[in-house]
Amino acid sequence: MDRIAGIINLDHEQDVLDELTYFRCSAAVPFAGRYRMIDFTISNMSNSRIESIAVFARRKYRSLMDHLEQGKAWDLDRKRGGLFILPPDWNDPTDISKGDLQHFHNNIDFITRTLADYVVVSGTQNICNINFREVLEEHKASGADVTVVYKKVEELYPEHKRAHKLTIDESGRVTDIHNDQRSNNVYMDMYILEKNYLYGMIEDCIAHGCSHFFLDGIKARLPQIHMHAYEYEGAHALINSVESYYRHSASLLNGANHDDLFKEEAPIFTKVKNEPPTKYSQDSNVTNTLVANGCVIDGQVEDSILFRGVKVAKGAVIKNSIIMQRCEIDSNAVLENVILDKDCRISNSRTLIGVPEKPYVVAKRVSM
Amino acid sequence: MKKECVAMLLAGGQGTRLKSLTKQIAKPAVYFGGKYRIIDFPLSNCTNSGIDTVGVLTQYEPLILNNYIGIGSDWDLDRKYGGVSVLPPYVQSEEGGGWYTGTANAIYRNIKFLNQYDPDHVLVLSGDHIYKMDYSDMLDYHKASGADATISVIEVPWEEASRFGLMNTNDSGVITEFDEKPEYPKSNLASMGVYIFRWDILKRYLIDDANNENSSNDFGKDIIPAMLGDYKKMMAYTFDGYWKDVGTVASLWEANMDLLKEKQELELNDYSWRIYSKSPNQPPQYISHEATVHNALINEGCRIHGTIDHSVIFYGVHVQEGSIIQDSVIMPEAKIGKNVTINRAIIAAGSVIEDGAVIGDPSPKSDITLVADEDSVLAQSYLEQIIK
Repeated sequence: MDRIAGIINLDHEQDVLDELTYFRCSAAVPFAGRYRMIDFTISNMSNSRIESIAVFARRKYRSLMDHLEQGKAWDLDRKRGGLFILPPDWNDPTDISKGDLQHFHNNIDFITRTLADYVVVSGTQNICNINFREVLEEHKASGADVTVVYKKVEELYPEHKRAHKLTIDESGRVTDIHNDQRSNNVYMDMYILEKNYLYGMIEDCIAHGCSHFFLDGIKARLPQIHMHAYEYEGAHALINSVESYYRHSASLLNGANHDDLFKEEAPIFTKVKNEPPTKYSQDSNVTNTLVANGCVIDGQVEDSILFRGVKVAKGAVIKNSIIMQRCEIDSNAVLENVILDKDCRISNSRTLIGVPEKPYVVAKRVSM
Repeated sequence: MKKECVAMLLAGGQGTRLKSLTKQIAKPAVYFGGKYRIIDFPLSNCTNSGIDTVGVLTQYEPLILNNYIGIGSDWDLDRKYGGVSVLPPYVQSEEGGGWYTGTANAIYRNIKFLNQYDPDHVLVLSGDHIYKMDYSDMLDYHKASGADATISVIEVPWEEASRFGLMNTNDSGVITEFDEKPEYPKSNLASMGVYIFRWDILKRYLIDDANNENSSNDFGKDIIPAMLGDYKKMMAYTFDGYWKDVGTVASLWEANMDLLKEKQELELNDYSWRIYSKSPNQPPQYISHEATVHNALINEGCRIHGTIDHSVIFYGVHVQEGSIIQDSVIMPEAKIGKNVTINRAIIAAGSVIEDGAVIGDPSPKSDITLVADEDSVLAQSYLEQIIK
């Protein structure tokens, strides 16, 4: 079997989730009741038997490192390969690289040392359940230099505005990458290429003063480069704003969407917290809600997502909201269209109401 | 490397009174509390008490148990020195071998394992009970009293005392007598099956016991009476938390129901004393539009479309529309169809309950129904419903 190495490049992921990215990079933002955004990328890689993964982190990575640890949760605590979190501690006096090429240049050992023949490079804002082995098979069959992954979205939402789109010919070859707002071929910020090809491109990019590997190195040379497009057909959520975060979270309450993302044969792994099962009291009233473990629910919860260890006191009402880890909602508090980050406390009878189009977001560890 | 105290966990029990729940697994691997297996409790107690070397003595149906324990990482027992070791019976070149003939024999046959750590004390545990206990407090008491053996005891109601092995003690906690299930109890201090021995003394008794052909090689029946007979200093250590033997279908059901009480005696949501277990890695539970959930413990991966009232639901359970589950325990990955009614029952892991099935008897004093052998029980309950 071909060996594949993985690079998770966080350099271009802006901290656009308002309060949720005040203290952490977007890869570390909690999602779907018990996960972080990056869990999907790492689990997809791990399920595709990618056993050597580097994470290019630049800022706000404390929470990310805390979450990933040695990669044990993804079975990546390996003697050979494993998970490497690579923050910017760069001391090469001859270094002339710029932008994300700095990561590639200063961590070139990861690429030269890996036994893999192929490398998958991915971001974390496209939540999906993808098998990179299938991408590799198509890549090899097409004879392309690079294969990019895209999703043909049924409907264009504001979050797709900023994403790159692909023009693809009948043979599946990418002829153009652009921002055309009418196109629904959304590039998912994932590509696969041969290791040696990647190595050559990195050298070349640095020599020519490029600062964005994908745009300056690959996209800019598109006519010469043979780029193939792999169409991903499963569940997909591009999260690059609070609005898209909120909408895609709510869509998981739909059973079909949920089952497309969480598959028995390709589970999404995350750090284990050893929480007990959730306890519902005699007075609890919960409907259409995803609930993680360790919650204690005495109040009313509708159309919401509760992360691990949330406490909802008697008389509290939560609607259309996302309540993150270890928040405490005291009695008779009312929350509607709200996103509470971790460790928040809402005291007796407080009312917080956002609008469905723009949820009210409360930063981590706020008591009100 | 020397260890002050090594734990030996007796996990070979067949648990026949749990009927078909232990048809293919040892009793310590039986599920409990929506997430756990019984053995998670003693293993987590060890880790939380700072005891990092545990021998697990297995015998009956060890496959699932061995697989579950692995290298002990789920309980933080994957250690460079010590950690968890699974100790099945084995064949020795000269003495022959065969099954462990009793609890004392199981430890006797692993003297070499214990000698490796040159322990001062050995903590003997059983894998049959649900409780949270700090063994380090008991060890301190054992050392301070200078006892040769310390037995953990719990006060039980006098009217139930004759069901237990009872310790008669003097005012200073010294055990004077041991009565195994006496008709007329003189004490209500029941043995919890948790012992600490000085290793040098225990070793001598184990060897003597092994040489005694008339012995049944059992701690309760042979070792403890022999030590008492020799006037060894044996202390009773009184424990006053929640402790429950879950050896029967009814007591297993009861212990699960205890978790639903308003005032919890066994707090599982306790950051200072986590009960660890293997994570099933499933997404959060989903409670649907049609669902009604009251007074329940529900774990990850569940999809609830029916009514759950006063029940414990393990991970990966699906309950479809119109089904009503009351006063019951649904073990992992069971799939409950539509319009099913379940009352006062335990549904074993992986069971598939077809649409419209009626299981269990709702009257308060009735026996607990156990569904483990899907086909026969289901067909029967389905038939009963048609006849009605």
